[in-house]
Amino acid sequence: MFENLSGRLGGVVKSLRGNARLTEANIQDTLREVRMALLEADVALPVVKQFIGDIKTRALGQEVIGSLTPGQAFIGVVYEELTKLMGAQNDALNLAAVPPAVVLMAGLQGAGKTTTSGKLAKRLKEEQKKKVLLVSADVYRPAAIEQLKTVAAQIEVEWFPSDVSQKPVDIALAALDYAKRHFHDVLIVDTAGRLAIDEAMMAEIKAVHAAIKPIETLFVVDAMQGQDAVNTAQAFNEALSLTGVILTKMDGDARGGAALSVRNVTGKPIKFIGVGEKLSGIEPFHPDRMASRILGMGDVLSLIEDVQKTVDEAEALKMMKKVKSGKGFDLEDFKSQIGQMKKMGGMSALLDKLPGAGQLGEIANNQVTDKAVARIEGIINSMTPAERRKPELLKASRKRRIATGAGVSVQEVNRLLKQFEETQKMMKQFSKGGMMKMMRGLKGMMPGM
Amino acid sequence: MFSFFKSKSTPPPVEPASEQAALPVAQVTATEPAQVSASAPAQPQDKPRASWADRLKAGLAKTRNALGKNLASLFGGGQIDEELYEELETVLITADMGVDATHHLLKDVRDRVSLKGLKDATELKGALKESLTGLIGPLEAPLDIKGHKPFILMVAGVNGAGKTTSIGKLAKYFQSQGKSVLLAAGDTFRAAAREQLVVWGERNGVQVIAQESGDAAAVAFDAVNAAKARGIDVIIVDTAGRLPTQLHLMEEIKKVKRVVQKADETGPHEVLLVLDANNGQNALNQVKAFDDALGLTGLVLTKLDGTAKGGVIAAIAKQRPVPVRFIGVGEGIDDLRPFTATDYVDALFD
Repeated sequence: MFENLSGRLGGVVKSLRGNARLTEANIQDTLREVRMALLEADVALPVVKQFIGDIKTRALGQEVIGSLTPGQAFIGVVYEELTKLMGAQNDALNLAAVPPAVVLMAGLQGAGKTTTSGKLAKRLKEEQKKKVLLVSADVYRPAAIEQLKTVAAQIEVEWFPSDVSQKPVDIALAALDYAKRHFHDVLIVDTAGRLAIDEAMMAEIKAVHAAIKPIETLFVVDAMQGQDAVNTAQAFNEALSLTGVILTKMDGDARGGAALSVRNVTGKPIKFIGVGEKLSGIEPFHPDRMASRILGMGDVLSLIEDVQKTVDEAEALKMMKKVKSGKGFDLEDFKSQIGQMKKMGGMSALLDKLPGAGQLGEIANNQVTDKAVARIEGIINSMTPAERRKPELLKASRKRRIATGAGVSVQEVNRLLKQFEETQKMMKQFSKGGMMKMMRGLKGMMPGM
Repeated sequence: MFSFFKSKSTPPPVEPASEQAALPVAQVTATEPAQVSASAPAQPQDKPRASWADRLKAGLAKTRNALGKNLASLFGGGQIDEELYEELETVLITADMGVDATHHLLKDVRDRVSLKGLKDATELKGALKESLTGLIGPLEAPLDIKGHKPFILMVAGVNGAGKTTSIGKLAKYFQSQGKSVLLAAGDTFRAAAREQLVVWGERNGVQVIAQESGDAAAVAFDAVNAAKARGIDVIIVDTAGRLPTQLHLMEEIKKVKRVVQKADETGPHEVLLVLDANNGQNALNQVKAFDDALGLTGLVLTKLDGTAKGGVIAAIAKQRPVPVRFIGVGEGIDDLRPFTATDYVDALFD
């Protein structure tokens, strides 16, 4: 999601890591690089300037000094600032109104309002058991109303009929009236896409807003938006007093600068992100997680939490001893490692959180599937305990047996053994290099099968 | 728009269903110029017909204002110094030109300044215009549909870029040149995308090939065959929006192209990527990904009438030059125009 941005920032920060000490001069250089990275990521210029200003003050202050290395301290500052920039924490949807709670969707053409309306309705229906009514006030784009109708049918949410001959305000009021009389909890009003500079259209949505008095006015913004995202957001905010932002198309490879700036410029929280075209593709936005991800730290914080929660410490200790004592790391350990990984939500969840996962590139990301992990497990399960402890036992005949047992080809067994060998090598490095090194090695461990 | 082609003014009946393929050749669906302009008031904005440059300038007004305001303070006079270059860099970046293209432009401007011995900040504007025109000039290559009948044009893009809307405008554009147009509703994924095109076709007297459900490639195949049977001049194949990260969907669109090739081995003759001018640097990723997958022959830059600055075409020119065939500068049906580098730059700076 933020891979590109995290990749870039990761590179920037890494160049700092080599420095024993932060001097005014090398902060200047790095700040410039951070600035360029943020701009390249489509973060709006005013936001970048503010960010750079804040970070400079803090990095040159005492916080750099301490028990941490200068590099760590600097990352800390950048992380804190980025989190601050995106808002402190996740905000849920406010539905505390006399039912029906009205949600108005607004945004530019092609931002994804209609799809997001459907996603939101589905989420409210399924997670909060709300009775939702969907209505489209888009009388301009051909078949826009039809689109919402289809979406509503797909998610089995009631749809209020509207027609292109009607006025958007009338449609919204009629839907509100209907929702009241039929005891709907939530009314979601989809609107036509419009430019912030189109005065007639802005007046129209203002009128809709005034007529139905929504408790949530959500600005739908494309994560791919450029520098202009903030101007648009600001204009909509001034016209409609937004209550929140939904960032769409987050499954793309956009650097996501819009996420950083919209919140800052409008002061309105990003409430959800849209991921993918499926109507289940909507998630709460977590600014803190995003910040660490952007920094190339991955979701290290939550990863550490995950690790603490799930990994059996004793088992980890045992393995640590084994590695340190120089005794072989065998397939049995490999298997238990995979088991632990599964407890933490599988390979893809783990990879997502790892620092610099962006450097892997999308292809690698797509290939390291949980399916591949399951297959590896199958192969190992088809081995005898003796074979797991001494993989060098495996010759052609045994491999054939294992392949048959696991329902894979011999080549795949060979590939697994090769990967295992590499992991073994990595584990040796780990005994010298520590956690970070291992994590970086982990990513290379499982090329797709 | 230059060639005002006169031909039959009766719009033919609309035949959205694919079984119509067997029917005899339909009439040429061209309209008189008068009708083209008459269709404009049907759009939300009811504005008088303006000249090409005026429209482009009006469409780019916001861009110009944003840039212009910044540039006015820059070019106001005084010395050319490092601070000025720094400011210039900022302005170009804010126009979505990207770091790479911005650095290229700055270096080019610096060279021009030292070569010509420019001293005054006001002279910088001319140098910048020259640099920018030099950079994006190669992207200016109008679409030529001669040589193939039917001329098969395939349209791709990310979700919400404005593919279907642009297709409507393209159809009108070709019609105004006296060409008959057939649309293939290849977006079989998004809810009501097919209906959007069909409704549009009905409104504007353009034939649309659509299927109840199923495969975009199949729709394209049918459409190409129908176009051949009906003697259509231009066929435009719509596709569903997709993000380049969705690898399976990228495979699917490759298939659409392959299947079009099966129906007509010389086609598709043009593969257009529709880009939203609001997009930032990701537009470059889109161009690269779709070019790698399909071999793009042209771009359509949409939504330039908004607050977007469209500077990303400078980044595209720098890193993956694909000709910009058309730019969309308004909501009106004839607000899709061939791209001209000098006009674009002029509209930005004057």
